[in-house]
Amino acid sequence: MADNNIKSMLPETSETTHGRHHIKLSEDSLAKQTTTLNLGPTHPATHGVFQNILEVDGERILHTDPTIGYIHRAFEKIAERRPYYQVTPLTDRLNYCSAAINNIGWHLTVEKLVGIQTPKRVDYLRVIIMELARIADHLVCNSVIGVDTGALTGFTYVFQYREKIYDIWEEICGSRLTTNIGRFGGFERNFNQAAWDKLDDFMRTFPHAFEEFQILLDRNRIFMERCMGAGPITAEKALSYSVTGPNLRAAGVDYDVRVSNPYCSYEDFDFKIPIGTTGDVYDRYMVRNTEIWESFSIIQQAIEKIKDLDPSIYHADVPDFYLPEKKDVYTKMESLIYHFKIVMGEINILPGEVYHAVEGGNGELGYYLISDGGRSPYRLHFRRPCFIYYQIYPEIIKGGLLSDAVVTLSSLNVIAGELDA
Amino acid sequence: MLNHEHIIRKLTEKFGSSVSFEEPYGFLTVTVPAADNLKALQFLYDDEELKFRFLTDLTGVHYPDRTGEELSVVYHLHNLVDNVRLRLKIYVPSAQPDVFTATQLFPGANWMERETYDFFGFNFVGHPDLRRILNADEMNYFPMRKEYTLEDPQRTDKDDEMFGR
Repeated sequence: MADNNIKSMLPETSETTHGRHHIKLSEDSLAKQTTTLNLGPTHPATHGVFQNILEVDGERILHTDPTIGYIHRAFEKIAERRPYYQVTPLTDRLNYCSAAINNIGWHLTVEKLVGIQTPKRVDYLRVIIMELARIADHLVCNSVIGVDTGALTGFTYVFQYREKIYDIWEEICGSRLTTNIGRFGGFERNFNQAAWDKLDDFMRTFPHAFEEFQILLDRNRIFMERCMGAGPITAEKALSYSVTGPNLRAAGVDYDVRVSNPYCSYEDFDFKIPIGTTGDVYDRYMVRNTEIWESFSIIQQAIEKIKDLDPSIYHADVPDFYLPEKKDVYTKMESLIYHFKIVMGEINILPGEVYHAVEGGNGELGYYLISDGGRSPYRLHFRRPCFIYYQIYPEIIKGGLLSDAVVTLSSLNVIAGELDA
Repeated sequence: MLNHEHIIRKLTEKFGSSVSFEEPYGFLTVTVPAADNLKALQFLYDDEELKFRFLTDLTGVHYPDRTGEELSVVYHLHNLVDNVRLRLKIYVPSAQPDVFTATQLFPGANWMERETYDFFGFNFVGHPDLRRILNADEMNYFPMRKEYTLEDPQRTDKDDEMFGR
């Protein structure tokens, strides 16, 4: 009875309107007694701008039609008119939960194009930043799975540790969410003492808090019942759909760019790649939890390794690409010239094409860059893991319950910024 | 262990002189005739030694100066077993940008091809659902093509010849 009432309230669609913008009842929904339900674009359970038009039979999902692009900002086009260093803030806004990985991935791409070798200390500092970003990203994802299953406590508890990570970034680059961290060749300034102190504080307090978070959820009967078996992805399907990152690993494939194509001296670190078996929500949750511990261990190793290195090094010696210190710009002619050339985008970048991938929070984040020798990229394409794996979503929620679809969406960690570029 | 020489030899055996090779920054890049794209992808997928069975990325590039081959589709493939990457390129004229779809081979190519169509206007022949994905449905042009400049080229208030813009 309730179903029929909802159906009568749905708008009629006419042939003349643009079908996708209105909810279109599927052909025989009346005969089949199904309901068409509009989930999103703005809905508290979707954590971002996602629209899915669902055809449901009671609570069971029969068909899903996803619409994306609500926050498309044409970054690839804009990048074609910007000097290379001005592309960095665009990358912030892809996966804004781990913006620092995007920034450093872009810097590594350009460094590959122009052939910059970075000192070990720069690599290790970058590894610290990127692994902090991964922890922040996974913390949000996993705690939000808790929220969607009705456990708000874990979310409010671990969020203060994401705040601590943002505080560290704030000391290093001055901003928190969209970091624009680092420069080609390294960082714009060395880590100050406050940054090291805050990192130290984080490393001391985080393990206990995260253990408590895990006690709250990992073996929680209600949580397990909600997550196990929801939205499973088999390894074959994940590979055929080009899924990468924690979602692929949860399906049982041990592919991680940090290991298969190491960048930024990841080969110096000892860490494990956690994998799952069924690729359901619970496996994805557990894979991310384990990755948080692995990232934590990588940061510990990096802090140890850095102690043996010259603490004054924080960038490569590449005056053509790296902005000189401001006090030198005012007093030295060479620095003034370099400053002017870099800021005006007149640095000499040779024609070439590179593909560089980093392991982002959600998987293989690739940058395909073609340079024609001009001041801006000729073509820049972001391989955005979210965009590629979100197309599997209708398939994995089909036949499941509506409440499972919500949990599945958050466990895939689809970030609207990365989805829509 | 699969190396570039071996891949080049196998592809030359199969496709003869119509295939050309480059290695920019150590990344093996293969250019095949546009009509052979699916054959090449299938061969790379099926061959027992090559096993390029993971489609990392698919995108388009517009080169307005290359008459008769203005548009290019670039596939990035990955052999996850031997950890070898390969880039496959095809060129088609912008007057008739017909490209065979890779969706039969890689279901994940679906949205990637929709995005590439959305921005460059490729006609992916055989695609199950070729419609715009990020842009509005009503849009009647393909914005990533080079003729659509970001700033109005007629603008006169911003004379920055000095700085080579």
